[in-house]
Amino acid sequence: MRFSFTDEQQEFRSVVRRFLEDKSPTTAVRRLMETDVGRDPEVWRCLSRDLGLTAIHIPEIYGGQGFGISELAIVVEEMGRALLCAPYFASTVLATTAILKAGTDAQKQALLPDIAAGQTIATFAFTEENGRWDPGGITATATRIGEKYRLDGVKCFVLDGHSADLIVVLARRPGSEEADGLSFFTVRGDAAGLGRRRLETMDQTRKLACLTLSGVEGELLGEEGAAADPLQATLDIAAICLANEMVGGAERLRESAVAFANLRVQFGRPIASFQSLKHKAADMLLDVELAKSAAYSAAAAADEGDDELPALASLAKAAASEAYMQTAIHTVQIHGGIGFTWDNDTHLWFKRAKSSEVFLGGPAYHRERLMQIWKV
Amino acid sequence: MTEMTAEAVRAEARAWLEQNWDPNLGLIAWRNMLVDSGWGAPHWPKAWYGRGLPDGLVPIVEEEFERIGAVGVAKMGIRTLAAATILAHGTDHHKQKFLRRILTGEDTWCQLFSEPGSGSDLAGAMTRAERRGNRWVINGQKVWTTSAHRADYGLLLARTNVDLPKHKGLAYFILDMHQPGVEVVPLRQMNGHASFNQVFFTDAEVAPEYLVEEDGDGWKIATTTLMHERRGADAMRRYVKPSERPERIYREEAKEIAIDLEPYKWYPQRAGRVDLVIERAKQAGRNSDPVTRQEIAKLMIMARCAEWTARRARAAHQQGRPQGPEGSLGKLASSYIARAANHVHTLISGADAMLTGKDSPLNGIIAEILVSTPAISIAGGTDEIQKNIIAERVLKMPKEPRFDTDRPFREVPKNALPK
Repeated sequence: MRFSFTDEQQEFRSVVRRFLEDKSPTTAVRRLMETDVGRDPEVWRCLSRDLGLTAIHIPEIYGGQGFGISELAIVVEEMGRALLCAPYFASTVLATTAILKAGTDAQKQALLPDIAAGQTIATFAFTEENGRWDPGGITATATRIGEKYRLDGVKCFVLDGHSADLIVVLARRPGSEEADGLSFFTVRGDAAGLGRRRLETMDQTRKLACLTLSGVEGELLGEEGAAADPLQATLDIAAICLANEMVGGAERLRESAVAFANLRVQFGRPIASFQSLKHKAADMLLDVELAKSAAYSAAAAADEGDDELPALASLAKAAASEAYMQTAIHTVQIHGGIGFTWDNDTHLWFKRAKSSEVFLGGPAYHRERLMQIWKV
Repeated sequence: MTEMTAEAVRAEARAWLEQNWDPNLGLIAWRNMLVDSGWGAPHWPKAWYGRGLPDGLVPIVEEEFERIGAVGVAKMGIRTLAAATILAHGTDHHKQKFLRRILTGEDTWCQLFSEPGSGSDLAGAMTRAERRGNRWVINGQKVWTTSAHRADYGLLLARTNVDLPKHKGLAYFILDMHQPGVEVVPLRQMNGHASFNQVFFTDAEVAPEYLVEEDGDGWKIATTTLMHERRGADAMRRYVKPSERPERIYREEAKEIAIDLEPYKWYPQRAGRVDLVIERAKQAGRNSDPVTRQEIAKLMIMARCAEWTARRARAAHQQGRPQGPEGSLGKLASSYIARAANHVHTLISGADAMLTGKDSPLNGIIAEILVSTPAISIAGGTDEIQKNIIAERVLKMPKEPRFDTDRPFREVPKNALPK
């Protein structure tokens, strides 16, 4: 359903929310964000084995739960709300979707059951040092040597790339340009010739890595030279999921801002009684609700096979990017001086808002893409 | 007792319409038949020209009217607010005298609430009503009164006692507009239209039986009117389309619609005309400018998001779920969309944005957008009031301390009276 959730979906959401409230309080977030891998193996086991969240949108024949993007979107919205530190977006959203969109049936049979079970943590390496999110930015090459491919290049901003077991790599046939000659490959995390370096990220809850491929042997995923369409489909789903993750975080921030304003007393009254604060709070509610509407509609469109999907993906990503960042700025402001301290939790979401604003393309990039899709 | 199932209602309405509908009747004659049968206002009580149907079944009756092409009762303008208020608070005499002629469209009404000194703060009305002998005597001024120049009656909120707190010293009257003490002066707006009026009272009179309920109940009754206004606001924005069929009754109705819609003809421009943006950008060749493209995209994203948010609210309502915050945001979103649309139309029009009338793009439509959007964030509750409501009712933030409610109205600081 496009504009409302079913009773089952709402029940599912509350199960996920309760789980994350229990397993990912800010004390846990603060502990894990300081670590190198940035996840709690026990929580990962629970969310994959007990709740089956890593299997959510994988078809049952590949060991999955067989749900749709709407359910996946509910999970990531709740994870964004709880700021869960886990490689979920890398493995379940990015890598799984790429394999689903590009892989042959045999490859899906081989790769997906372990990912669905949470035993294999995968990621997707496509962006490079130039920071471009479109196919034209890919310079890494795949040279065919007999039945094998040799991968060379540098992949950057790879989500959980330093710790993933399996990496889906996007590379091009030497000499090809733009969307032509692109292929997906799979590479094991411990492959020879693969250098991995964790990047120092401003948002410590989202780990990024730089991967150097020097003659790494890659296994072709899907058809050679035909990655452009599955790539776009993967990025659309990823943008929709990120938009949903963002509105989850934005709503949590908005609620925390109002809760704080109700408690904080200045000039003999709660600051929430001042109109300047109320008007800001009303604007924040509007921003977040509008962005939620786009994120939910886009997720539903993905399940309905709507032709408008690419447009809606960019629309939802642009709307959520602006809303999350604006909400974060207002939330710091409403907290005043305390909101600028490390001890206050606001900065954790502020930084996630900033990294999400840029990841997969900023709002200006997605607005321009929307205009192109609409042939303006 | 017949059970009011949807199908029974449909069958009954269809049978009655098939037997009685005649497009060659006069508009008033036909509407009197609707009033007598109860099919004109089927959700009204049986005792007062209705059939006592639950609101949910009304669309079925409307479908039957549409199916056969039958004209309905008069539904536009303030008359519907008058009817709702009279049904809720009026005496039998009020109902007898006014309701039929409201439904037939013979009488036109206006709402006399806003004043120069009280816009957002309606309960601060200063128009005085004093009891002199067997008459209430009215002195003061109202403003923003749509259709006052052709209204037969007005719904009047006036102050009867300045020694009571502001909400308690008000009374609600039905005022006959055709009398020497009432002067209606059109109010010209910044966009050149004059959709509203100022109404001046100089010893205007109201007979005691046209005080609605008791002296002191004014605010309570005004709240009923305002609630219906808010509820109907969306319906008002929809354009009623006159039929182009040739029979007498359609021609009479088309004439009525044209008169009723006259004050609202610039309202689409007030909302920003987002529908024109992309076509205009292409025609003006501004679609190659990266800045304009970004601003167009921002506007279109906001408009789509607002549309989906309204649909989420409707879906929740249809499923009988409690309304979430998404239901309270439409008006505020419209303001922001209109403002962004004004900005985008200006970017697209470039130097042409300095022109108006025939020299302006689309024969003046663009110029009308540019000078009409400021109204949308004011009319029907300013953005600021809207945000207070959202913050206090939806987000449960505490009210600001007030200094005007617990003391006699005479001691409350007020605006200076206009010259």
